Amino acid sequence: MIRCSVPRHRYGLPRRALSVFAVALPVLAVLMAASLAIGSRPVPLAEVAQALIAYDPGNDLHLVVRTLRVPRSLLGVTAGAALGLAGAVMQAVTRNPLAEPGLLGVNAGAAVAVVLSASALGLTSMTDYMWFGILGAGFAGAAVFVLGRAHVSGTDPVRLVLAGAGLSVLLGAATAFVILNAGLDILDSFRAWSAGALEGRGMTVVQVMAIALIAGGGLSLMLAPDLNALALGHETGAALGMSPRRTWAFACAAVMVLCGVATAAAGPIGFVGLVAPHVARAISGPDNRLILPLSAIFGAAILLMADIIGRIIARPDEIAAGIVATLLGGPFFIYVVRRFRLARL
Amino acid sequence: MSIVGHRILRVGPVALLWHPRAVAVGLVLMALCLTCGVLLLGSGSSRLPPGEILAGLMGSSDNPVANRLVWRIRLPRVLTAALTGAALGLAGAVFQSLSRNPLGSPDVIGFTTGAASGAITAIILFTAGPVTIAIAAVASGVATAATVLILARGRRGGTTGGYRLILVGVGVGAVLSGLNTLLLTMGDLERAMSAQIWLAGSLEGRTFAHVATGAAGLAIFAPVVVLCIRRLSMMEMGDDMASQLGVPVGATRILLVVASVGLTSIATACTGPIAFVALAGPQLARRLTRAPGAPLLTGAMMGALLMILADLIGQNAPLRLVMPIGLTTGFLGGLYLLVVLGLSRR
Repeated sequence: MIRCSVPRHRYGLPRRALSVFAVALPVLAVLMAASLAIGSRPVPLAEVAQALIAYDPGNDLHLVVRTLRVPRSLLGVTAGAALGLAGAVMQAVTRNPLAEPGLLGVNAGAAVAVVLSASALGLTSMTDYMWFGILGAGFAGAAVFVLGRAHVSGTDPVRLVLAGAGLSVLLGAATAFVILNAGLDILDSFRAWSAGALEGRGMTVVQVMAIALIAGGGLSLMLAPDLNALALGHETGAALGMSPRRTWAFACAAVMVLCGVATAAAGPIGFVGLVAPHVARAISGPDNRLILPLSAIFGAAILLMADIIGRIIARPDEIAAGIVATLLGGPFFIYVVRRFRLARL
Repeated sequence: MSIVGHRILRVGPVALLWHPRAVAVGLVLMALCLTCGVLLLGSGSSRLPPGEILAGLMGSSDNPVANRLVWRIRLPRVLTAALTGAALGLAGAVFQSLSRNPLGSPDVIGFTTGAASGAITAIILFTAGPVTIAIAAVASGVATAATVLILARGRRGGTTGGYRLILVGVGVGAVLSGLNTLLLTMGDLERAMSAQIWLAGSLEGRTFAHVATGAAGLAIFAPVVVLCIRRLSMMEMGDDMASQLGVPVGATRILLVVASVGLTSIATACTGPIAFVALAGPQLARRLTRAPGAPLLTGAMMGALLMILADLIGQNAPLRLVMPIGLTTGFLGGLYLLVVLGLSRR
């Protein structure tokens, strides 16, 4: 007799889910508090709380917390969550453990579009050039998927990564080229951005990023059951009622919005989208309805942590969060390569 | 006995096996290098016609400015480009053959970035001259290669070929490029600026000191590679077969890895990290020659030609756009990699 192997939690989340979130969210809260307190000018936690509850504009420390650290930390949380989510969606949809917006050139595509629009059209506000970021992410994503044949089941995962590496170098050279030739004001405003620094962005950017996160995150969460079905393979998934074409289209739209806006807001940041889903999957198991929200939380935590580390190790200077994320995420990538036999997810 | 596509040239007791098509390709590449080199001598902020350049090279031009321009500024630049291109092409040919993988070239698997880390450290921390920079680049290049090769080993040891080498190399390269950016932000502004320019891969302001460094690197490492060419072609058949035929596989591999990393690092020390020349040079050469074995000489010449062409494009860019050579090769090489991937139906 053949037993039906559909896992039970396809119909209801396991009880463990709640406890996982009960651990992950406080960790994020602690990091958030640390991010508000730590910096070239340390602020005691009590003072941080004061600044949040009873804001006194005459107090220097309150000013630092409210005008500098709060937007910066919120940007870290929202952009990190967007990148983590995008990575989880990409890994699920390509069934490739190495898929990641930074590695596959999606962020590089957004970056070149942002820089081009800023230098050619003179756009200065992030709300204007983020649309180009979304477009650039879409084009780069489409190019890497077609060249890496991500849609053909049975493709080896290496091909996708190589296509992504080629595309990243190509688009990275194009970005550097545009920045070099654009004149000093562009060079100045995009130098920190291109290293993935979170400082000095302001609340407007955070609001836009949050809206994009809600839109893209909602879309990906709606897709989670379909992504679970897709994990069984195209044919089996289709037999379970999932439409591969619709799932692909919605997943690509979500990745475009998440990566495009995150890159426009915080610069091209790699490896956050790789690490977060792997950690989430290790904790939660294979259910995408858990992996996606957990990846968002871990993505936020990782980027926030990278930003805090960048503020600590080079005091009184700072190292951009994107660089720290690369330094921490690269070894993780090597670990994934060595550990998995690159079986498809 | 004749080998397909080869001819044998005998002079007394000495016999030389040669491949007519490869020799023809080599001659054409050399002619193209010379032509483009002369064109490159003439391009820049003040353009010179080829006649003037040749006269300037002979030192017989009646225009003293042209003499000085050609000898002091343009010639070192062109020679540096040609020498680094040749070194990269040679290193790429060796490594692609050793790893039995067309993508296993030093620039894809992080060796170039590793050599750059050493050079930046020397520039920022010690304000070093060309020779110290070259030594630092070779040392860190070798260290990077050792790291990549050890990490790419399987648990059971043995094979370092295949996808794992490339993916591990991509990962190590990413970490090192993060480190390079980090190093750039550490020094004071002036040094950081010079390191930034260096990191883009540039041929600006090269002197005969750079030419000498590149030539010395080629003179040291190229003979090692050429002497090992027979063993290398045996090893392409597999380690077991090669050792049955009497090739000391382990020692040869270490020797060749060191030589090709040395070539890559010296090239990087001269110009900064140059992307994709080591990848594309040997591959293009092999497509043209259709000869078996590693395309060492043709690969080196193709590398030199690619460098000169890339700089020619950068120097003649429209609208006075600034195009450092590293960006040009990154742009063209990325395109090349994508086209190759798009065409392959694996």
